[in-house]
Amino acid sequence: MKRSIITGQRLAAVFLLGFVLFNYPLIALFNKPGEIFDIPLLYFYLFGVWALLIALMAWAIERRKE
Amino acid sequence: MLQGWVIASASFAYLGVLFAIAYFGDKRADTGRSVIANPTIYALSLAVYCTTWTFYGSVGRAASTGIGFLPIYLGPTLMAGLWWFVMLKIIRISKANRITSIADFIASRYGKSQLLGGLVTVIAVVGIVPYISLQLKAVSNSFIILLNYPEIVMPAKAGAQPLLQDSALYIAMILAAFTILFGTRHLDATERHEGMVAAIAFESLVKLVAFLAVGLFVTFGIYNGFGDIFDRAEALPKLKALMTVADTGASYGSWWSLTFLSMLSIMFLPRQFQISVVENVNERHLARAIWLFPLYLILINLFVLPIALGGMLHFPGGNVDADTFVLTLPMAERQEALALLVYIGGLSAGTGMVIVETIALSTMVCNDLVMPVLLRWKALRLHQEHDLSGLLLAIRRWAIAAILLLGYIYFRAAGEAYALVGIGLISFAAVAQFAPAIVGGIYWKGGTRRGAIAGLLAGFAVWAYTLLLPSFAKSGWLSLDFIREGLFGVALLKPQQLFGLAGLDDISHSLFWSMLANIGCYVAVSLRRPPDVVETSQGTLFVDVFRHTEGGAGSRFWRGSAQVQDLLPLIGRFLGPERAREAFLAYARRRGVASVEALEANADLVHYAETLLAGAIGGASARVMVASVVKEEPLGIDEVMNILDEASQVRAYSKQLEQKSRELEAATAELRAANERLKELDRMKDDFMSTVTHELRTPLTSIRAFSEILLEDPKTDLIDRRKFLAIIVKETERLTRLINQVLDMAKIESGNAEWHTAEVDLHEIIEESIAATSSLFSDKRIGLEMALEGGVPKVMADRDRLIQVMLNLLSNAVKFCEAGHGRVKVGLHLAAGAVRVDVADNGPGISLAEQGTIFEKFRQGGDTMTAKPQGTGLGLPISRQIIEHFGGRLWVESSLGKGATFSFSLPLEERKTK
Repeated sequence: MKRSIITGQRLAAVFLLGFVLFNYPLIALFNKPGEIFDIPLLYFYLFGVWALLIALMAWAIERRKE
Repeated sequence: MLQGWVIASASFAYLGVLFAIAYFGDKRADTGRSVIANPTIYALSLAVYCTTWTFYGSVGRAASTGIGFLPIYLGPTLMAGLWWFVMLKIIRISKANRITSIADFIASRYGKSQLLGGLVTVIAVVGIVPYISLQLKAVSNSFIILLNYPEIVMPAKAGAQPLLQDSALYIAMILAAFTILFGTRHLDATERHEGMVAAIAFESLVKLVAFLAVGLFVTFGIYNGFGDIFDRAEALPKLKALMTVADTGASYGSWWSLTFLSMLSIMFLPRQFQISVVENVNERHLARAIWLFPLYLILINLFVLPIALGGMLHFPGGNVDADTFVLTLPMAERQEALALLVYIGGLSAGTGMVIVETIALSTMVCNDLVMPVLLRWKALRLHQEHDLSGLLLAIRRWAIAAILLLGYIYFRAAGEAYALVGIGLISFAAVAQFAPAIVGGIYWKGGTRRGAIAGLLAGFAVWAYTLLLPSFAKSGWLSLDFIREGLFGVALLKPQQLFGLAGLDDISHSLFWSMLANIGCYVAVSLRRPPDVVETSQGTLFVDVFRHTEGGAGSRFWRGSAQVQDLLPLIGRFLGPERAREAFLAYARRRGVASVEALEANADLVHYAETLLAGAIGGASARVMVASVVKEEPLGIDEVMNILDEASQVRAYSKQLEQKSRELEAATAELRAANERLKELDRMKDDFMSTVTHELRTPLTSIRAFSEILLEDPKTDLIDRRKFLAIIVKETERLTRLINQVLDMAKIESGNAEWHTAEVDLHEIIEESIAATSSLFSDKRIGLEMALEGGVPKVMADRDRLIQVMLNLLSNAVKFCEAGHGRVKVGLHLAAGAVRVDVADNGPGISLAEQGTIFEKFRQGGDTMTAKPQGTGLGLPISRQIIEHFGGRLWVESSLGKGATFSFSLPLEERKTK
């Protein structure tokens, strides 16, 4: 596999973003009672960020030129 | 009605399908048409990460900790982002060195150490066996629960059943047979099992479908969607608490440490290493798995919390174990088919994990534990055996059976001591101990064998003390006093509050202390003394793998003598004689050698043989075996360093060489151009000389002819005499003019001409030139037209020289105009920062080809072959030189039959003075 530099940087950035979004203190902002679309706030936040990270990784991988 | 025979036959039918897939996959692999050469299959097979611990256990964990089940899956998602760097490197290293297990990887990195390989194997077996018992327990429990359909009865404590009625025993036996069939059908030098991977990918699909089916049924069948479940749960304070995590530092701390732990597990669990590294067909597949695998994880987790909440709402009494909600909810709703599907899904999660894990562990046990001992055991006389491949397969088969038996024994012994999730995390923490040695090993050349051994031992010891022993104590095998009071009653040694560190959950606590001990010992011991020869060379091969993959890197560090007739039988003993011969023949063909016997036993071949053997018995044993038949001259550390230095120096030199050769090429091109130019000048000089002599001879010939007539014939009458003398005078003038012009040209070209630059008014110059040539115009009756723009500024130039140019242009114009009909037009105007003068005639015009040449010396307008030359051929070249001297430009525009316009322009800002 050709190691495209920009793809590696994008994926590393997704990792860093995920690490920040999934941990204290940001997670504490959503750790409270409340609902969005009938879904508990924290549950909604975690799955939303999770889906976002997957989308970003798919974007980084699939648009690289080989 | 789900009877025992229905469930049993469904199970066997499912296992039969799996085996058919595996068989098909192996057949296709043998014919070279791999079914698993596909990134999606690769990503699905990675989902072997999700075991029954996910399938049943996640719901159980969610029921007790709410959202706390998620970090186990968030960690791998995050790690996938780093796979691009870390995993790719590990895959590349493993392919280059034919690494077949995680023990082999660590042993190879630190100088092919058998001790290290054995240590890693022991840690892996101790850490993973409880995890295997977990799978047995989950599968057997789900079987028992389903057997009691429609009653929902929790299975009795495992140990309570008589041995021969225990379904887990039969499950363990069936799985052992199944794994042996899957994993050890034949011995492969690369230790890859294509059929098994295909079956694992299929299992991943089955468990995902089953889990999504039950999730959809609970969420939308029993309840009215997510909103309904969450609304009902919020009404109960006990369930409401599950929507958030406790807002304390400790709970965020354990959130973080679980994420970190699962990040390491996804890389270093033996089954993950087996699937993602050893079974990887093409490293390109990794790219898509980076996002497909997290996608799988999010899908299988989507319904965990709804099922957990739904189960707790449905069975409020608490007499149904939350670990079984996935199965008991469809049962309570009398969904026989769905319950059976869930059972099959759980079975697939359990079998997938057990198959891959036991194959990985059996490879490690065989290569890194049993073989090194057997090969050293002189009494066995193994070195006299001709074919050991059968022995290797037998060891692996026994190892598989033994591992599953150990799993079953642990299951019987541990029983209900811990919930499913507890055991899973203990295993994770055990394999996390491999992380410093591996990650350090692929990025840091300074790590040594002693450092890795020290780190692993320390980390493993702390893990055992803080997690494993307390779990034994909780199972009632040890006195609980040791947890409560500490070892020997010393409070600082309490295993779950080591050195008084309280406030962390037991996993985080153990992870912190074991990692501290592991990394600390690894780094400190590594730094105590520099790496030795083998460590340095292996370290370089691992850390710089992307630079060394291009052929023959491993053989650089070997020097000695060997014989093909020694190597071939050695490899044959482990791979089987035919396979070994085939492999050597393939190698010979690649080198363009006709037969195996003709091969030269050089460092490359020895290295090839060693990697071949490493695939079968592991790197450390392979090294020992190869060393037994070849005479190796040990390389000193200095020599290894020299090779490395040489390599980098060679690279530097070759860069310099490239640079130099590029410079040389450029210089050569310049020289060639200069040479061409010189040749051209030489040719021009010759042309010039011959033209000048030719031009001189013409007038001289006519002067001489007429002079001779006058001399020899005194009777020539006066009229003829005058006529002849006039011709002589005219030819002499022409001669003088020619010589003057040649001298002029030479002066200008050599830069010796005198220039009197001053401000000149072009108006004046034009008028003066026209006055000087007016007789020419009137002689040939040629009309003259002037279009001189007023107010044109003065330019800096030499007045006399400009008049010379004008005279030349005007006389040329007259020369080429037909007498009587000719018209010459002189123009002067300003144009874009310059003054432009045009002299246009209505003569025959100049063809495009001629326009380029008339400015060359001695080229004359008109047909020189037939007509008498009308000028010297130097006027225009001199004029152009003059104009260009003042920074201007002289050019012609013309077409045949339409006259010609000679123009020159002089820049206004010109300040050039010479």
